[in-house]
Amino acid sequence: MSMLEINDIHVFYGAIHAIKGVSFEVHEHEIVTLIGANGAGKSTILNTIAGLLKPRSGQILFEGKNINSVPANKMVGLGMALCPEGRRIFQQMTVKENLEMGGYSRPAAEIGSSVEDVFRRFPRLKEREKQIAGTLSGGEQQMLAMARALMSKPKLMMLDEPSMGLAPILVEQIFDIIRELHAAGTTILLVEQNAQMALSVADRAYVLETGTISMSGEAKALLEDDNVRKAYLGS
Amino acid sequence: MIFLSNLVNGISLGSIYAIIALGYTMVYGIAKMLNFAHGDVIMVGAYVAFCALQYWGLPPIAALLVAMVLCTVLGITIEGLAYRPLRQATSLAVLITAIGMSYLLQNLALLIWGANPKSFPAAVMIPIPMISLFGGRLNISGVTLIAILANLVIMAVLTAFISRTKLGKAMRCVSEDRGAAELMGINVNRTISATFAIGSALAAVAGILLCSAYPTLMPTTGSMPGIKAFTAAVFGGIGSIPGAMIGGILLGVIEILGKAYISTELGDAIVFAVLIIVLLFRPTGLLGRPVREKV
Repeated sequence: MSMLEINDIHVFYGAIHAIKGVSFEVHEHEIVTLIGANGAGKSTILNTIAGLLKPRSGQILFEGKNINSVPANKMVGLGMALCPEGRRIFQQMTVKENLEMGGYSRPAAEIGSSVEDVFRRFPRLKEREKQIAGTLSGGEQQMLAMARALMSKPKLMMLDEPSMGLAPILVEQIFDIIRELHAAGTTILLVEQNAQMALSVADRAYVLETGTISMSGEAKALLEDDNVRKAYLGS
Repeated sequence: MIFLSNLVNGISLGSIYAIIALGYTMVYGIAKMLNFAHGDVIMVGAYVAFCALQYWGLPPIAALLVAMVLCTVLGITIEGLAYRPLRQATSLAVLITAIGMSYLLQNLALLIWGANPKSFPAAVMIPIPMISLFGGRLNISGVTLIAILANLVIMAVLTAFISRTKLGKAMRCVSEDRGAAELMGINVNRTISATFAIGSALAAVAGILLCSAYPTLMPTTGSMPGIKAFTAAVFGGIGSIPGAMIGGILLGVIEILGKAYISTELGDAIVFAVLIIVLLFRPTGLLGRPVREKV
């Protein structure tokens, strides 16, 4: 069954036509990745799904329901979470407060035990529980951003460039976490510039070029594809 | 002893500025706009309390509550009607709208209450006798004392509210990153509305304190204290709650001491000169955070 279905969406920034008729779908329990160069529109698509931007035309269906007109702050209650580009953690709040804000949409009584669950998955964050989030290292901030998104117990987790600006060893760690989340039953939509890593973890992939999808298929097949290799894998 | 008396009066006036400055600083921190109509909400609060005491015969506490409730409604209405439609507009458009709103409130007050100054029944509002210390050499009026106490209580409650409650935390999130706050499920419009509600309720308190200390009430009563409180907020570091308190009190003390020892006429000029000097050396104010861009 399709968890998320995007039908021919067009998104504009003022007069700029950023997304020109994109369609794709994400099935339950899949990892799907959108890859493409800087400026291809990957983040725009995720922000549109999350409701931060509104499509001018086309439909976004989440679990079969049209969510075009749902405001951004209601999306998390439907069961989707976006871990945004650049992490966007609350720099002046503590690690724990950031996590609590991630659970904002859920009953207060459940937050405490969810924080503990998240700390078990990210022991590093537990050590820094009371630290101001802005003082964490880049890798820790990325973990916090993912942990914060997990606090809403999403069915669909959208990750925007989780490897951006991180050392290779941290990138490995982040992708291990993505695999774990997937194994625990979360459906994942991943946007990445690091096409090699993204394709190696994903089931299916879509290649985005200046606002349209130029290629799609099984991630393994795309990893072998000559055009993809030349354009995105540097070989 | 005269110095001490001036100092106490300065702290008291500064406390009133601080309460007003909170409204500026919270709205700026959370909605990222300067609400120049805030000073006029003070004036409306004072008029409402005046009517409650003089015409409706309510006791002081009831007058305070009525003024706070009406100002809260007024603040939410102003935000919803005038500022919310401009959420995506340039900050200049919002600023001009706020100035327009300020004139609208002043002229509505002129229409309702007339141009003749009203004498605010200060003794009815704050029926606390003058306190004499050191054998009558230091006299502190009731309103002086109440203003200082009110400021301390408001600061303590507000700080706890911002750091502990769900709404307070939501306000901090919206202040830092509106988009990320929405992703958490926070209703940004409602949070901004709540900020205006709190700021306006405090404006009513400040209006009553101000008119109890200086009992002449006119449609323009709120504008000068409004500008000074805005100065105090910038002085302390706009967006910072403790900054509003420190900025307000310092401003009040500088104003009173300047008027007492330098020149009565130049009192206001001294206040603004100090602001300019502080901003030259600390452009973000005393407690303001430097803006950092982090990728």
